[in-house]
Amino acid sequence: MGLLTGLRDSISRVTERLFSASDPKRIGIYGPPNAGKTTLANRIARDWTGDAVGPESHVPHETRRARRKENVEIERNGSTVTIDIVDTPGVTTKVDYKEFLEHDIDEEDAVRRSREATEGVAEAMHWLREDVDGVIYVLDSTEDPFTQVNTMLIGIIESQDLPVLILANKTDLEGSNIKQIENAFPQHQTIPLSALEGDNMDEVYDMIAEYFG
Amino acid sequence: MPEATPPDVDGVQIDLISGARMENLTGMEKIRLILDGVREGNIVILEEGLSPDEESKLIEVTMTEISPDEFNGIEIETYPRSETADRSFLDRLMGRESTKKLTVIGPANQIQTLHKDENLISALVSRK
Repeated sequence: MGLLTGLRDSISRVTERLFSASDPKRIGIYGPPNAGKTTLANRIARDWTGDAVGPESHVPHETRRARRKENVEIERNGSTVTIDIVDTPGVTTKVDYKEFLEHDIDEEDAVRRSREATEGVAEAMHWLREDVDGVIYVLDSTEDPFTQVNTMLIGIIESQDLPVLILANKTDLEGSNIKQIENAFPQHQTIPLSALEGDNMDEVYDMIAEYFG
Repeated sequence: MPEATPPDVDGVQIDLISGARMENLTGMEKIRLILDGVREGNIVILEEGLSPDEESKLIEVTMTEISPDEFNGIEIETYPRSETADRSFLDRLMGRESTKKLTVIGPANQIQTLHKDENLISALVSRK
């Protein structure tokens, strides 16, 4: 990247953020498939607006389009933080329609789902480069966080200078290991929670207000 | 580049691409070089890896090329270390990134990572 081009882009990014400070921040919920992103998005949306964002499922790639819930007003310590939540499809580098067949889905539907999933991942990457102001990165705390997708995505988020909160989800499950996630990404704040059970959501909202307010 | 004709044997081609070969290519040319090789069933090893922005576009373009029973996507591995954490404020402001990290990329249905840590990537490669 040329010196002038880099400087111009950096200044442009900073000024865009400064002048849009009064608009709701678009916070992308990112992470690998089945980390509980939609469960978290629904938890936040239900707690503060009464509505859900989208259907939750144990089938991978249930979310195949980025979904936005606008003007979610979170009240913390007497002030209000307004954000748009963008629930994104789980990011991966591969999609095999045969994986859907293992979930009692017929072949035609599996092929359709895999095609939609690939479009959704591409869309999520585009949102990350162009259209979000901050990221909530959701990980399943029962799974190994040292995966290539996690490494790459955190690197991409850092390169965009986006504020990021890492949420170690599914603490209600046996085998949950928060320390492993803290060790994987020591440069970022990690917050344990169970989006399904609603455990530790107060700390999650405190941190959302602090990071994205 | 002079190319040798692959011998008519059942094997897996490995392309080791130097940093020098990649440095004058645009981001999209790098992605095309990688994906064209991987879609032919080759294992591509990059001496110096991709920038985060190029990795993002690689994922995006890979997704657009996935096709049932033909191409399931890619497996990609680099050493798990944070390059961006070491950048100075000026480097971050100017968008300068250190990308010097060996990267292995292959067809998802042919390469399986067995082990990865800060110093070692161990992968199993199968024929098509």
